[in-house]
Amino acid sequence: MKILTGNDLKTGDVIWWAGDTRWSRHLADSVDAGDEAEAILKREEAARRVNVPYVVDGKQTDQGPMPLHIKERIRAFGPTVRTDLAINTSIPIVKV
Amino acid sequence: MYQYDQYDQAMVDARVAEFRDQVRRRLDGSLPEEEFRHLRLKNGLYLQLHAYMLRVAIPYGTLNSKQMHMLAHIARKYDKGYGHFTTRQNIQYNWIKLEDAPDILAELATVEMHAIQTSGNCIRNISSDQFAGAAADEIADPRPWAELLRQWSTFHPEFQLLPRKFKIAVIASPSDRAAMRLHDIGIELVKNDAGVLGAKFFAGGGMGRTPMIAPMIREWVPAEELISYAEACLRVYNRHGRRDNKYKARIKILVHEIGADEYRRQVEEEFAHMKTLGLDPPAAELERISAFFRDPPFEQGLSDDIDRSDPDFAVWVDQNTHPHRVPGYTSLTISLKPAGGIPGDATAEQIDLMAELARDYAFDELRVTHAQNIVLAHVRKADLYAIWQKLDDAGLATANLDLIGDMIACPGLDYCSLANARSIPVAQKISERFADTGRQRELGELKLKISGCINACGHHHAGHIGILGVDKKGLENYQLLLGGSGAEDVSLARIVGPGFDEDGIVNAVETVTNVYLGAREPGERFVDTYRRIGMQPFKEALYG
Ligand code: SF4
Repeated sequence: MKILTGNDLKTGDVIWWAGDTRWSRHLADSVDAGDEAEAILKREEAARRVNVPYVVDGKQTDQGPMPLHIKERIRAFGPTVRTDLAINTSIPIVKV
Repeated sequence: MYQYDQYDQAMVDARVAEFRDQVRRRLDGSLPEEEFRHLRLKNGLYLQLHAYMLRVAIPYGTLNSKQMHMLAHIARKYDKGYGHFTTRQNIQYNWIKLEDAPDILAELATVEMHAIQTSGNCIRNISSDQFAGAAADEIADPRPWAELLRQWSTFHPEFQLLPRKFKIAVIASPSDRAAMRLHDIGIELVKNDAGVLGAKFFAGGGMGRTPMIAPMIREWVPAEELISYAEACLRVYNRHGRRDNKYKARIKILVHEIGADEYRRQVEEEFAHMKTLGLDPPAAELERISAFFRDPPFEQGLSDDIDRSDPDFAVWVDQNTHPHRVPGYTSLTISLKPAGGIPGDATAEQIDLMAELARDYAFDELRVTHAQNIVLAHVRKADLYAIWQKLDDAGLATANLDLIGDMIACPGLDYCSLANARSIPVAQKISERFADTGRQRELGELKLKISGCINACGHHHAGHIGILGVDKKGLENYQLLLGGSGAEDVSLARIVGPGFDEDGIVNAVETVTNVYLGAREPGERFVDTYRRIGMQPFKEALYG
C-alpha cells in the first residue's frame, strides 16, 4: 500500500493522510493512496496542510497500516528510547 | 564571560524580527518551503523525524546561569521538558513548533543567545577547550580568541554561502580536548621562545564520509594577525572548494586534492594581500574582549585537601575533576551519561540545578563539552562534597568521565532524519553492560563514540572504539572501528570487519575490551594496546 505522510506545517507534528483532505497524527487512520498518491500530495501541499509530504511503502498488518521501513515506524510512534513520549506503545516499532 | 555590546544585541534582535516575519509568510503561504528552508536553517531550525528541531548556539560552549536557566525554561515551555547537548557544544530541542520558533528566539535574545549559524553552509559555532581559563596545562586563555573569531564569522558577508559548512576550533594547551585537528580549521595557540603568543594553524580536517586529519598549514601566525590568516584560509577555500558535489565540498577535500603545500602557497599569497587591508582588530578591541575573560575573584591560599571518607564521593572526585591552575580549585565535569541513559540529554530540572550550582559555587559559569557533558570550570575543592550530594540527588553524579560509560552518541534514528540506524539504544545497552564503575575504571580511559550514519556527528572515527550505524537491506547494522583518537595523539579509527546487529555490537565491544585486558602492558590504555598489537588479535577474537 501507499501511505502518505509529512509534517504539519505549523506544529511540525508527523501526520498521515486519512482520506480526502483529512490528515491524522495517528498512523492507524491512514488509508491507501494507491495510484493517486502523487496527485494527492501535490494538492495537499498546495493547500498548506502539510509540509514536504511524501509517499512511503507500507502494508496492512494486524495492527493496521504499517510502513515497511523502521524510520517511518519511528516517526509514527515516537523515539524508541522515550516510550513515555510515544504515541502508541503497544505496537512494536522495530520489527513488523 | 563575554557580554553583548549594543551592536551584538541589535544584530540578534533584528534577526529575531526578520525571522518572525519569515515564519509569518511561511504560514500564510507566501513563502514556499523551498525558499523558506534555507532561511530557517540559518536560524538553526531543522525539520527532523518527529517535529522541527532547534539548535541553539552556545559560543565555545560557555554560558552563565541565567542562560542555562533559559535553556531549561525553553525545554519546559516549548519542548517536552528536556534538551540534548551536542558534540558542537550546543543544545538541541527535538519537539519545536514552527509557530513558536520566533518567540523562542526572542526569549533567547533576552539572555544574549540565538541560533544563528548553527546550520547552513557558513562558519558554525566556534568550539574550544572546556577547561579554558582554568586548566593547569594551558599556555593562554583561548576564549578571547574564540570570541574574536565568533564576532568575525557572525554574518561575515563573504562567508554566508560557502561550498559547505565550516567548523573552527581553538585550543591553547598541549592536551587537545576539542578534537582540534578534526576541524576544517584547527588553531592551537602557542608561545615562541621569547614568550610571545602566536597561533599554529591546521586546515582540512574533518570526520564525515571522508575523515581526514588536518595537516599543519603554518607553524606560527602572529596573534595580532590571526583574523587575517583565518580570512585568507577561508578565501582560498571559498574560491576553489567544490560546489558541484556536496560530498566533495568540504575544505578537507580541497586540501587533499591540491595538496597541503599548494593550499599553503595560495593562503600565503592571500595572506600577504589581507595584511594590507587592515582587517585585524586594533589592540584596544582585543583588550576590550580579553577583559571579559579575566580571572574571577579566586580566593588565595586555599587547601588542596579533600575529605575522602565517603568512598562513592572519592571515586567521583578521582574520575570527574581536572587539575586547576589555582591552588584549592578544580574543574568539575558533570557527566550526562548515567548507566542506561541517553548521552547528552538533560531534563529541565537537571539543567536548572546545574545553573544553580554554577551560580552558587562556580562564579556563575558553565561549559558544554564536545563529549556532551557539562563543566563547572572553577570550583573550590572544599565545596565538592556539597555539590556532589546535590548532583547525586538529581541523578547527575555518575563517576565515569573518559571511561567507557562516558560515550558520545548522536541522536541517530530515534530523532534524526538522516540516520541509518539508532545510536542511543546501542549506547544504553553498552553503558548498562559496563554499568559497574569498578569494571569501567579497570578498563581505564576508553573513548567510545557512536554515530547513526556516515555524517559522524557522534565522532566514531575519533573513538578508541567507534561504532557506525548503517542500513543493511532495510535493517539496522553496526560497524565496529578501532584505534581512533580526537586528542593530541589524533588518529582515525579503522573498520574491523563485517558489521553486527544491535546485540551483536554490544557483545563485540565486550569482546574487544577483553582482548585488551588480556594483552595490555602496565600503563597502557585501550588505544595504546591497539596501536602496539594491531588489529589482528581483535579481529580473531571477533570473527574467529
Ligand atoms: S551522525 Fe547521522 S544519524 Fe547521527 S546525528 Fe549526524 S546526521 Fe544524524
